[in-house]
Amino acid sequence: MVNAIYGKKIGSTQVFSDSGAAIYVTAIEAGPCTVVQVKDTATDGYNALKVGLGNVKNKHINKPLKGIFVKNNLEAKKYLKEIRVDGGASEYKPGDIIDVQIFNVGDKVKITGISRGRGFAGVIKRHNFHRGPMTHGSHSIRKTGSVGMCATPSKIHKGKKMPGRMGGRQVTVPYTEIIDIIAEQNLILVKGSVPGAKGNLVCLKKA
Amino acid sequence: MNVLEKVENKYIKTDIPDFKAGDKVKVNIKIREENKERIQTFEGIVIKIQGTGINKTFTVRKISFSVGVERTFLVNSPMIASITKLNTGIVRRSRLYYLRKKIGKKSKVEFEK
Repeated sequence: MVNAIYGKKIGSTQVFSDSGAAIYVTAIEAGPCTVVQVKDTATDGYNALKVGLGNVKNKHINKPLKGIFVKNNLEAKKYLKEIRVDGGASEYKPGDIIDVQIFNVGDKVKITGISRGRGFAGVIKRHNFHRGPMTHGSHSIRKTGSVGMCATPSKIHKGKKMPGRMGGRQVTVPYTEIIDIIAEQNLILVKGSVPGAKGNLVCLKKA
Repeated sequence: MNVLEKVENKYIKTDIPDFKAGDKVKVNIKIREENKERIQTFEGIVIKIQGTGINKTFTVRKISFSVGVERTFLVNSPMIASITKLNTGIVRRSRLYYLRKKIGKKSKVEFEK
């Protein structure tokens, strides 16, 4: 069975549970994903489905990519992603649809996405360091501070927390509960936050 | 209407009376104790209405045994059984924080007859 789906982050809001608790949720427009290619152990060495998501005009994709869609009489898709399946990939054929029905309310999912890029960030934002004094002639308000010792060992230890590029990398939120599914709009409401900005491509996988 | 509003609409109540700051309201709150559920009422002057949509809240102030008590409720919370408007207040502000400093007769709001 397919246990994952790709979708777009819509934004976050708040809903109420039956017991009256207000729950912070993020809405994800998941699928419908169209199966573009079926991969199996015989031909590719592993079982997977190549799925397409989001419509795009034909003129915006290049010829090699267009060939994949033309071969199976499919509309051009914006994103092409793979979903691994443990056997059973042969149940599917190109043109099949994977939608939110694969999940139920209350299921736990892993959500993977690319986090927002923060650029070159200092240690306070990047590693939650404390700042120095703001007054009394202090020049070390947001500085890194000491990074090591003197002549012994006369080097900086590997993995020392320093300023650098922050965000813009793959982040997975484990074990998130599905609060609600609105099938007619392909929406999944998951508890808590989801990496990335609105419109970000995310993967939901059964945990 | 954007997608998020459609999500919220499912949880937004439509049977809430139209009230504003200065009005006297009665709020019936569901209280759950183990498996039993009962209704508790909180009656007082609305001193603030804040937010929109699903996040809309209102604050009710009353004087209980000469101590001022304020409670803030989410309008759309399922724990609120009903809201009844009792009187329409005559006030010039949307936030009646000045009531907190008043005592005696001045701490009251004049109602429409």
